[in-house]
Order: sequence, then structure tokens, then C-alpha cells
Amino acid sequence: MVEQQDSPSPPEPRRLPAHRRAHQTAHDLERYAGLFAQRTRVMRSSAMRDLMAITARPEVISLAGGQADTSTFPPETFAAQMTRIAQESSAEALQYGPTEGFEAMKSAICGVMAAEGMAPDPEDVIVTTGGQQAIDLVTKTLVDPGDPVICEAPTYPGAVPVFSSYQAETHQVEMDEAGMKIDQLENLLDRLAADGRRPKFIYSVPTFQNPAGVSLSAERRDRLVELAREREVLVVEDNPYGLLRYEGEPQQALYLLDGGDYVIYIGTLSKILSPGIRLGWAVAPPPVMEKMALGKQATDLCTSTLAQYFALEYFAEDRWRSYVDGLCEIYRSRRDAMLEALQRHFPEQATWTRPQGGMFVWATLPSYIDTSDLLAKALRENVAFVPGAAAYVDGQQGRSSMRLNFSGFDEDRIREGIRRIGTVVSEQVALYQTITGEHRLPAGSGELPGPHAHRPAPRGGDVVPLRGHREDGQRDR
Amino acid sequence: MKTAVLKGGRSLERQVSLRSGARVEDALTSLGHQVVPLDAGADLVQRLKQEEPDVAFIALHGPGGEDGTPQELLEILGIPYTGPGVAACIRCMDKVLAKHLLRSAGIPTPDWVAFNSTAFRELGAGDALEEIEARLGFPLVVKPGGQGSALGVRFAASQDDVPEALVSAFSYDDRVLLERHVPGRELAVSFLDGEPLPVVEVHPKEEDRFNYEARYEIGRTDYVCPAELDAAETMEVQGVAARAYEALGCTGFARVDLMLDADSTPQVLEANAIPGLTDTSLFPMAADAASISFEELVARIVELALTRPVLATKSR
Repeated sequence: MVEQQDSPSPPEPRRLPAHRRAHQTAHDLERYAGLFAQRTRVMRSSAMRDLMAITARPEVISLAGGQADTSTFPPETFAAQMTRIAQESSAEALQYGPTEGFEAMKSAICGVMAAEGMAPDPEDVIVTTGGQQAIDLVTKTLVDPGDPVICEAPTYPGAVPVFSSYQAETHQVEMDEAGMKIDQLENLLDRLAADGRRPKFIYSVPTFQNPAGVSLSAERRDRLVELAREREVLVVEDNPYGLLRYEGEPQQALYLLDGGDYVIYIGTLSKILSPGIRLGWAVAPPPVMEKMALGKQATDLCTSTLAQYFALEYFAEDRWRSYVDGLCEIYRSRRDAMLEALQRHFPEQATWTRPQGGMFVWATLPSYIDTSDLLAKALRENVAFVPGAAAYVDGQQGRSSMRLNFSGFDEDRIREGIRRIGTVVSEQVALYQTITGEHRLPAGSGELPGPHAHRPAPRGGDVVPLRGHREDGQRDR
Repeated sequence: MKTAVLKGGRSLERQVSLRSGARVEDALTSLGHQVVPLDAGADLVQRLKQEEPDVAFIALHGPGGEDGTPQELLEILGIPYTGPGVAACIRCMDKVLAKHLLRSAGIPTPDWVAFNSTAFRELGAGDALEEIEARLGFPLVVKPGGQGSALGVRFAASQDDVPEALVSAFSYDDRVLLERHVPGRELAVSFLDGEPLPVVEVHPKEEDRFNYEARYEIGRTDYVCPAELDAAETMEVQGVAARAYEALGCTGFARVDLMLDADSTPQVLEANAIPGLTDTSLFPMAADAASISFEELVARIVELALTRPVLATKSR
């Protein structure tokens, strides 16, 4: 944590008596280690996480974030809403609420889903503490240790520790510019079936995927939903970014295509209102929903009542669509700034995706550059990104890729950030060439299919496949 | 006594340093010190001038912390500080300089070659890789010249791995070493006021080497302390480590890392001027094996700092 020494400090917290902490010894370590649950063996801290902590320094342009720009929310609106809550519903807003969330909140959530053409029964909605808790509850409800779970490669980095902590056997299916490769998914399902196994669910962020920025094509959406039905496998559709579209025609949610039989839907207000209020939801078939509610009861009894009151005020004013439209305007311009800066500052050996919405660009460098190490160099230039390995369960693939966020900073900062990253990448490329005497090695070193191995054009160009890893044998491990 | 704890800072080992610092602060508090925690940033000198501590406990790791920088500043301010002095810090942090000094002193250290990036960019050092590889053999270890906690350290199993490993190491420092890999037992000897503490042996559980994650996560690594060595071996290992400690001019405390190779020869890999003091660090573990509690250890380190003369005199 960065200490804020100049700001007024809160009263000295009561800590454990110092002698108890200072006396930790080798014996203590062994004692604690002996008490750890099996599942903690796969719960990993990492060098990367420690490096990411440094990105919090104010001088760092961190394209590593994934946050909405909350400075766009008018403080006076915030103040007025909270005042109204205090005046009209103080006692209720400070009280516990129902585990599944307030009825009014569920209705408001149905309104958000209606904006993408979905019409769920409010009874099937459970309000959660952020979308993250919905992923956790689904996994808690469905997965026993060793159960197979399938997700995209790369996948949402925050999902990896959830699957790990429930000891799922996580399989990843490669993506290209049209999202998850459904034929590979089918092969994987066949291989599992041959061993008499069936995955508990397929986790996907089909629209403006985190971290890749690509969307699942219409044909593949149909095929995925069909496959789920045929094989009786659940699909967990995580859709935080669907409303953040900057160009192109809206795509149908898997939930809409399937009608909610085999698709569990996860949504969040983090990207369209505030991540700080921690409000998300899940829509699931009633039997699954019941178990999830029991699981939530055990975890935190209910989602923050105050947060729900705040969100209800926001939806009551019925100006949330215009707020989201405003966000889209802002983010579109930032995305364009990032794509232009990439074109200008990244060396020709690099490739990247061109998202039509969401918050992320996925860039892939030549295979000899490890982005976890590159981050150390980038941090010296006060710029940060998420190393690609974070999006792979084995932490080994994706080592030459990086996730870049364009929603968190204004255009000038984005341009400057990309310029700095481009400089360190170019330096490493030049260094490699002088070490080996080789020149002009293409990104992914020879494994990209020919037609895609070009640089995307500044506007309207193709999106390159997401492959940045080397050993084909490691996929679908 | 008013004691400033310098921690955090800008290095990549910031989190490790914060963990070391927090633990030291607890110990100092229970020893009755008035503790002033200082996150080493742009206002460090200003804060030190304001606070006027009697002594500074340096719990910083990595470049900008154990490379002589804060030590130099504290000398100028006339504030006594813990750990080795400026020169010893510079020698330990610079792995290449340290290895030259070790070799000059006749202390066994794995054969190596070191370059800065200019050698590749401007002098065509890439063309010498074949000769280097022939001399050092495979696997070889590629590491940044000045980085701690095993960050940026890569093993190259064959020629093909070398360029990539170099690019990674150059991400951390402008100078890198290519070092002969010595298979054997991984040992660490910690020193308190020049006296060796019991030897610690490191057995990583899952990884094939003692990497960053294994170092700082409870339960990831098995430690044996005292290491299972006979009396003669222990003497030999501690003796070689002591010579390294002296050759590098360490005072106060430090930790020397070695490999005990197949012929039972201890080979010195490096010395750490400011060894980690986290819950999983080797130095406190060694002290514990010598029946020195963490508090006693911290008290001793502070005492050593106060008895060592500093260059400038305080002008208050």
C-alpha cells in the first residue's frame, strides 16, 4: 500500500501486541503452513502481483487497470442521491437486506438487461457483491475439486483465481478475432467425454472480451448455445461490457439466444455506473439460483443495502441510458487514441486487436519478449500494463502478450503511455536483433497464419488472431 | 530512542521491503523505540530532517535501497544507520563487481561473463556468444547485474534459450551476467557483527529453483536450519562465506548465498547487504536457530549501527 503521509491520518489502529507479531519464527511458519487447506496450494501470490502494486504510484500511467472512469459521474448528483437516501430511508439503507437483493433492484437490473433485448423474470435474478461474486457463487455451487471447467484463452484474469480456489481443472480454448474457437471447444468436449467426463460449465465473456477485446461471432454464438443444449453443459456468460459499444451492430447475448435454459448470465454495474459500489448480478435457472442464494448467505448474508439504495436512486432518475451513452462517447475517443498511438509507437513486429467496444486492447509482441520481465523495464519509465500470462491458467502461455486498458485515462495520457511502452518494446526488439543478428522476426515467430500476419490498419483493419504463445502442445492442457 | 524505519521505495522489491519494514517496526515498538515509518520517496531527506531520528533502520531492498544510495544520504545527514556501509552496499548490489572481488580474493565462485547492452548494440558481443557458451557450458544461468529476489533470473538449457534469456535480464538492468550453473545444495550463511549464524538450506518444493514466488510464500519452500552438514562441512561453508563477507567489506549484518557443489566445494553466488526480514526470509530463520529472537536480532542490529562511526557529525 502506498502510504499517504501528508493527508490527515486516521487514529492509530489497534494492532496485535507487537511481541506476538515479532515472535514469528521458522517454527511458526511451519505451524501455519501445516494448517493451510489443500486449496491454498493453488492459490498463488506472484511476482507479478507485487509488481502490479507498484503501478499504484501516482506518477505511473497505468494501462493495467480495468476501471470505469468514475470522474465522469457528477459529484453533485452523487451528493443529492445520498442526501435523499439519508432523508427518506436512513434506517432501511443502514439495515440488512434480503439475500437475493431488493425487488426494486432486481427490476432495475431487468431494465438494464432489456437494453440488450433480454427479458428475464425478476425472480431469477440474484443481486451480488460485484460480478466477481457471481463468478465465485456459480463456481462454488457447481464445482467439486477436480471437476473440469472450460474458459477462453486468454481469459478474464480475475476468473483464474476463482476456478483455482475451488480446485477446478481448468481448460482453456483458443480464440481468434471471432472469439472462442467452437470447433476446438467441441474437440475438447469430445476428449473429455471419451474419459467419461463433462465440464461443469463453459465460462465466456462473449462481448468485448476481457482481456482480448474481441467478440464472439453470431454463428459461433448460435453454435455455442446449440452445443450447450446438445451436451447438457452450462454456459456462464459474463457480460460486463455489452452496453459499451463504440461501433458496429449490437450482438445477441447468449442468454437471449438460449432463453436461459443452459446459460447463466452475469452482469455488473461496475462498468456502467461504479465499480466501487460493488453491485453485480446473476440470472440462473431456479434450482441453480436457490443454491447460489444459500452460498451467498454463507458468504456475506446480503449485498450492501446502501449500495442498492444508491443504485436505485440512479435508475429512478431514468437518465442512466444517457450516462452510458456519454461514457461510450468518451471511451470511443480513448480507444481511437490508443489504436492510433499503437500504430505510431509500436514496432512492426507487434500486433494487436481492434475492439469495437469494452475497455481493452490485447497486444502481442515477438515471442522472445516476456511481458512479465518487460513490465519491470516499463515501470522504470513509469508506465504499466497487465502481462499476458495473467490471463492463462498455467501462467506460462501468453507470455509475449499484454492487456492495455483505454478507459481509465484521457487521450493525452494514453498516447504518452503507449509511447513509453513502444519505446521499451522497440529497445528490446533492437537488442534481440543485435544479439542474434536476426532481423524482422514476425510476431509470434512463424506460427501465425499468413493472411493475418500483418499489422492492422489504423482504421477498419483486420483483427489479428490472439496467439502469442509458442508451444502448441501446451494448449488445452 | 527515536528510530526511523526506511521501507518501500521505488524498487521492484517494494512489497518485500514493506513486509520486512512492518516486521521490524513491530519489533522496535516492543523494544520501546519511538518508531517513525518512512516510505522512501521524494520527501525522504526532508522527512529525515524533520524527524531527526537517533538511528535509521534500513529495510529497503534492491536498487535505490541496498545499493548505497540511502546509506550515502544518511551519512550526509549524520544519522547512524543499520547494515553495511556505502562501499559494501555498492559491492554487494553489483553482482559483477562482487564476483570480481571474490575471484581476486581466491574465493570460489561460478565462472561467468558479464556484459552491458552496449556490448551487444555497439561492439557485436552477439558474435562472441558461441565462445561464451563453450566456456560456461549448459545449462547456464542468465541474471541481471543488480537485482535481488531472483527477479529476471533465467536458466538457458541450450543455445536457443540464450537470446531470450538475455532480453529478459536486460529488462531489469543494463548489465547482465552469464554464469555457469552449479548443481548442488542451496545454502545461505547469515552474519551478525561478522559472526556466522547457523547455515540454512533451501529446498524449493515445486519449482526447480528458488524463485521469487517460492521465496516469499509461506509453505512453498522447505527450509532446513541448521542445514544437514557435518561439522567439517559446516566449518568449510561458514569459512568460505566469512571470507566473502570480508572481501566485500560487509559490517553489521549481511547474508551470503552459496552452492555446495558435487565435490562439496562451497561456491559463493552473491552477498546481500540488506537481507530480507520478512516472515519467510532466511536471515531471521538463521538467527532463530541460534536462539536469537527477532526482537533480539533487531536490537543487536540497531546497537551495531549506533557503535559504528558515521562520517558527518550531527548539527542540530
